[in-house]
Amino acid sequence: MPTNQRTAADARVDVRKTYKLYIGGKFPRSESGRSYEVLDGRGRFLANASQGSRKDARDAVVAARAAFPKWAGATAYNRGQVLYRVAEVMEGRRAQFVAEVRASEGLTERRAETVVNAAIDRWVWYAGWTDKLAQVLGGLNPVAGPYFDISAPEPTGVVGVLAPQRSSLLGLVSVVAPVIASGNTAVVLTSELRPLPAITLSEALATSDVPGGVVNLITGRTAEVAPWIASHRDVNAIDLAGAAKAEGVVWGDLELAAAENLKRVVRPAGEGTDAVEPDWTRTPDMARMTAFLETKTVWHPKGR
Amino acid sequence: MAKFEYAPAPESRAVVDLAPSYGLFINGEFTESQGGSAFKTVNPATEEVLSEVTDASAADVDRAVAAARRAYNGVWGRMSGADRGKYLFRIARILQERAREFAVLETLDNGKPIKESRDVDIPLAAAHFFYHAGWADKLEYAGLGTNPRAHGVVGQVIPWNFPLLMLAWKIAPALATGNTVVLKPAETTPLTALLFADVVQQADLPPGVVNIVTGAGATGQAIVDHPDIDKLAFTGSTGVGKMIARSIAGTRKKATLELGGKAANIIFEDAAIHQAVEGIVNGIFFNQGHVCCAGSRLLVQENIAEDVERRLKRRLQTLRVGDPLDKNTDVGAINSKAQLTRITELTDAGEAEGAERWDNGCELPAKGFWFRPTVFTGVSQGHRIAQEEIFGPVLSVLTFRTPQEAVAKANNTPYGLSAGVWTEKGSRILWMADQLRAGVVWANTFNKFDPTSPFGGYKESGYGREGGRHGLSAYVTTESNG
Repeated sequence: MPTNQRTAADARVDVRKTYKLYIGGKFPRSESGRSYEVLDGRGRFLANASQGSRKDARDAVVAARAAFPKWAGATAYNRGQVLYRVAEVMEGRRAQFVAEVRASEGLTERRAETVVNAAIDRWVWYAGWTDKLAQVLGGLNPVAGPYFDISAPEPTGVVGVLAPQRSSLLGLVSVVAPVIASGNTAVVLTSELRPLPAITLSEALATSDVPGGVVNLITGRTAEVAPWIASHRDVNAIDLAGAAKAEGVVWGDLELAAAENLKRVVRPAGEGTDAVEPDWTRTPDMARMTAFLETKTVWHPKGR
Repeated sequence: MAKFEYAPAPESRAVVDLAPSYGLFINGEFTESQGGSAFKTVNPATEEVLSEVTDASAADVDRAVAAARRAYNGVWGRMSGADRGKYLFRIARILQERAREFAVLETLDNGKPIKESRDVDIPLAAAHFFYHAGWADKLEYAGLGTNPRAHGVVGQVIPWNFPLLMLAWKIAPALATGNTVVLKPAETTPLTALLFADVVQQADLPPGVVNIVTGAGATGQAIVDHPDIDKLAFTGSTGVGKMIARSIAGTRKKATLELGGKAANIIFEDAAIHQAVEGIVNGIFFNQGHVCCAGSRLLVQENIAEDVERRLKRRLQTLRVGDPLDKNTDVGAINSKAQLTRITELTDAGEAEGAERWDNGCELPAKGFWFRPTVFTGVSQGHRIAQEEIFGPVLSVLTFRTPQEAVAKANNTPYGLSAGVWTEKGSRILWMADQLRAGVVWANTFNKFDPTSPFGGYKESGYGREGGRHGLSAYVTTESNG
């Protein structure tokens, strides 16, 4: 992000960052060649972000599908270590995240620090869940017969995620971490007006042993790209959290499109047709993990 | 193999006392429809008219939902879990006491063999109530989240293949968690649900806790669309499941959907072959193949395919197809003329697309809806009979060479409800179970069900589970932190 306040003594011309998409472990520009201006909390220019397209979303789904078998098949212990590694890498770039969250969300330094701390801690929380889920959610079923019968959770597959519009980092982590903790892969549409922390997060993901394609991030117009994710036949589930306060987005329309292949849908918080963004600072529960888990039950006879 | 001759062994139908017509069970009593019409329900084995039932109108559904809401607000939603549980225990016991009556009625209305309704459907239905009764006062131990609470009024629409059992799968968890219900049985099999209303009365369940409205698709749609329904539970076709998902899009209604399947039953070269052949037969010919999780795609390892086909065909010639009330009958009647038409159309397509058709050549009764146990060999993955759910006694046989190929073919379907694996190698069973994208994997067995065992699908076989503590979660809300 550019530093706007420069004094005469501080004469160096800084090197600005190009904010791009994150698909399949690489950082491409949008295939559409489009970008859009990102402003800070006070309306000043921050950067030109890539304006992702339908094609970018489809490429991201292909990458997420390709990454799914290996990530779902990784040991839970391994996934836990990888998620913890994300927290470690974020911690090392804490100052950068604080500055970006501060600029994007218009927060005070202190408030931005609190938010970044919570975002890092959230990775730690979910990292610890990876190898607990099967025991907490699964187990032996005492069937009335000579059978060994066991149920265990498995990831649903490729999950589309509309990241929250307001909480550009903590909200983002709060919806992405539970998806990938259990072995799903994600196609994430970032906050439309506050996309920069998401792209910096993707740099942390890329250097944290998160395999390419496990998380794919697309910046751009939510109303333009979300329908393509909602209707995509190779996406198994969708989190509509980011439909709240997204310009031109009616979450019911997205759920309608998602019905075409019976996607599992997490509706946005709120009552009726309203959609509100929840308070992401609250300690999460298991709901965002269980929403993207299937239960598999295996039977086998017992006998001598 | 010599075919044994059996003397007829018909179960008596004297135990069933059918009324000439039935109203709707709303608010604890049978009532006349407001603006609805009537339709006949027939015995599919004889085409004999059994009774006349009500085609409930939207106004009837509205009355039923209102009764359920009153019962939820006034009684059931406030009752202690322990007391709710005691009502469910009562229902379980009454079902056991009247098991023979239910079994005979189920066989009359559905066409399934009496040995299945007697030994599977009805005992399992009672077991579901018994199991869930115990949960009613223990929900905080179920690991469902903080402070689990009922949704309120649940709308439930069930299919014709296991009429009373599907009713039990729906009503038992709903009541255990404190919801009240409006249930619509299938158009062609309403009678055991109406007899269940009698059980509800005998158990002195408070009026409105269980409401039974009969009817066809329009009645189901009225339930789905009713604004005062909090949650829907549906078992049936994937097509209707998608319609329901679309209907509730953008609302706050919850749903669980148990939909279609096209399960692979995978036989490896080292399988215990006699058991595997029995498993294949049970997998696809149990309940005339009217089973969403039926093993309708047989995947046989190539080097044993000829042997398995030969043994299978020999075994199928000993299946007894006929009078469902006969205690020796293995395969009963197709549930309806419409279903027979669908099976006929798909099997004709199988032949037209080049698969080789074989049936066991058994004699079929002159009246009623019947279809011979049929096997298609030389089926390829693109054939309709390898892709579409036939929901009848029709098996499609494909082959594979390696475990990887078996997995790829098994998973090559939009469905993901169940799968079977037959091998004597333990590590391969566990590897296969991991690879198969299906909610239930039966290894060296097939078509086993239990109230403690979660059942439900991946992908377009629907979402949510029924049975076990997993099934409870669909019927409660918890305090969520976003």
